[in-house]
Amino acid sequence: MAALLLLPGLGAVLLVSAATGPLATTVHESWLIMIGHLLPGMGWMGDGTITVAQDQAVWNFRLPRALLAGIAGASLALAGALLQSNVRNPLAEPYILGISAGAGVGAVLAIVAGSTAVAGLGLNAAAFAGATVATVLVYLLARQGGAIAPSRLILAGVALGSLLAAITNFLTISTEAQNVYSVLFFLLGSVSAASYPQLVLPALSLAAVVLYSMLRSRALNAMLAGDETASALGVNVPAMRRNLLLATALLTATTVAVCGGIGFVGLVVPHATRLLVGADHRATLPLTVLGGAFFLMVADLLARTIAQPAEIPLGILTAAVGAPFFLWLMRTRGATAAGVDQ
Amino acid sequence: MRVTFEDVGVRIGERCLFRGVNLEVPSGSVLGLLGPNGCGKSTLLRTLYRRHKPTSGAVRLDGIDVRALAGRELARRVAVMAQETSHDFPVTVHGMVMLGRVPYQRGFGADSDVDRGLVDTALREVGALKLAGRQFAGLSGGEKQRVLLARTLAQQTPVLILDEPTNHLDISFQLELMALATGRGLTVLAALHDMNIAAEFCDHLALLQGGGIAAVGPPGDVLGEDTIQAAFGVRARTLAHPLTQRPLIALARPAPDAAAMAHQPARPNEP
Repeated sequence: MAALLLLPGLGAVLLVSAATGPLATTVHESWLIMIGHLLPGMGWMGDGTITVAQDQAVWNFRLPRALLAGIAGASLALAGALLQSNVRNPLAEPYILGISAGAGVGAVLAIVAGSTAVAGLGLNAAAFAGATVATVLVYLLARQGGAIAPSRLILAGVALGSLLAAITNFLTISTEAQNVYSVLFFLLGSVSAASYPQLVLPALSLAAVVLYSMLRSRALNAMLAGDETASALGVNVPAMRRNLLLATALLTATTVAVCGGIGFVGLVVPHATRLLVGADHRATLPLTVLGGAFFLMVADLLARTIAQPAEIPLGILTAAVGAPFFLWLMRTRGATAAGVDQ
Repeated sequence: MRVTFEDVGVRIGERCLFRGVNLEVPSGSVLGLLGPNGCGKSTLLRTLYRRHKPTSGAVRLDGIDVRALAGRELARRVAVMAQETSHDFPVTVHGMVMLGRVPYQRGFGADSDVDRGLVDTALREVGALKLAGRQFAGLSGGEKQRVLLARTLAQQTPVLILDEPTNHLDISFQLELMALATGRGLTVLAALHDMNIAAEFCDHLALLQGGGIAAVGPPGDVLGEDTIQAAFGVRARTLAHPLTQRPLIALARPAPDAAAMAHQPARPNEP
């Protein structure tokens, strides 16, 4: 129910994001442009109400960017929620698996080697390859007798992440100075320069994992009570754990490859959601997905407006906005009742 | 539902925990599993709900090998009150008991009226209905056990497994819980430490010790003084309970010269 209240909010942020930028457009104009592209035969598209520059800015630059922020926020929040249930540890977050560190190595390699010359496509592909390699490694390292051991998964992820971060740092410090800004910009996360083709893979993986996790939400609830209990309730715990890890890795890799290292969303959104509606996945999953999208869209809107014309990397903003909000939420009475202090 | 252990053995790495375990639990009867710490009581029970794969032999429900059943099918036949519960997430009492309905539910959606009715009934039966809205993590040890028992009742299974269910409970609730669990006509398998509780509530007892079943039968046959001495290394006398006439085990502190003996591993009985 709470999730339904977020839908109008998402629409509103999308409209405001599409209307905000150096080239003046009103919310009404951005609305007209979106409708005009979605529905055929809208008169205002050809009669001069909308200039070509406005149409370009709204439809080809601002909208894909806002959508990417939404998809990335939803993906990272969902990845965090699934990982936390998977390892039964509310402090886990997707980046703990070392996947984003792998993406970082791939991206920095691409920047240092100079293959990013055109359109950033090389960078995204390299980051995705890095994330995939890291996923395979962490999966192999965390296996114990055919099953994934939660504590090994976290330890393997942390160790692998440190190793990969060291490689990234070495590459960064030893490259030419002009590359360092590009590297930092990727590592701190951004959705600027988003284009529609970039949305396809993250959107598909988000849709697939949302569907999978919703259908398995009761089994996820059983996992929270412990492996022993989940088994006794008919859940195949080793298979479930493996599938959840793959789902988390898919969401993280597709997102990080395009947006870089946007931190904090995967940790905070699932937490805030549980504080609001409890731990039942049938309530938390929709709210986590929509809440993550909303959070990152608002963060991106702020990232490109508060220091105009400069742009703040998204990762900085999510932490700067998210941390105080979360600390406040953590100290409210509802949080105490929901077991944060235990 | 009849439970049969057929020549069941479990080996963990190089160590053989037990082997050649043959047990027959008739439908509707209560079996108490006794034995020293680490003898494999929990593991033996886990082979029934497939948490542990037996190295040899088979466990059967009405003749069907449990490994031939799908997870959900098994969970509709066997409910487990296990020792561990996780507390890291904010689950309400109602939500915890509703987990008992997971083997019957599909997909994403609200719980049915039938499910909610069964959860309320289960909570009422264990005297925990007033706790329904509370957080599970905030309950006392006894309240938690009540709720976990309610979850197994909501699961509506013919077989119930209790793994040391009375740990950390005060004496009145130990008796209440055992009465609740054994008084419903279910086939019950319970790993127990307290011999008097076992004698009071179980139709049959099995003593798991030294890698196999050292004794099996009605409580009076299994809880002999020599058997207890051999299995646990403690002096005991078996009396008749003045109120119920069931066996009553009176334990004595180790004799001074036997104090050192008590720390040595117990010697297995010949079968």
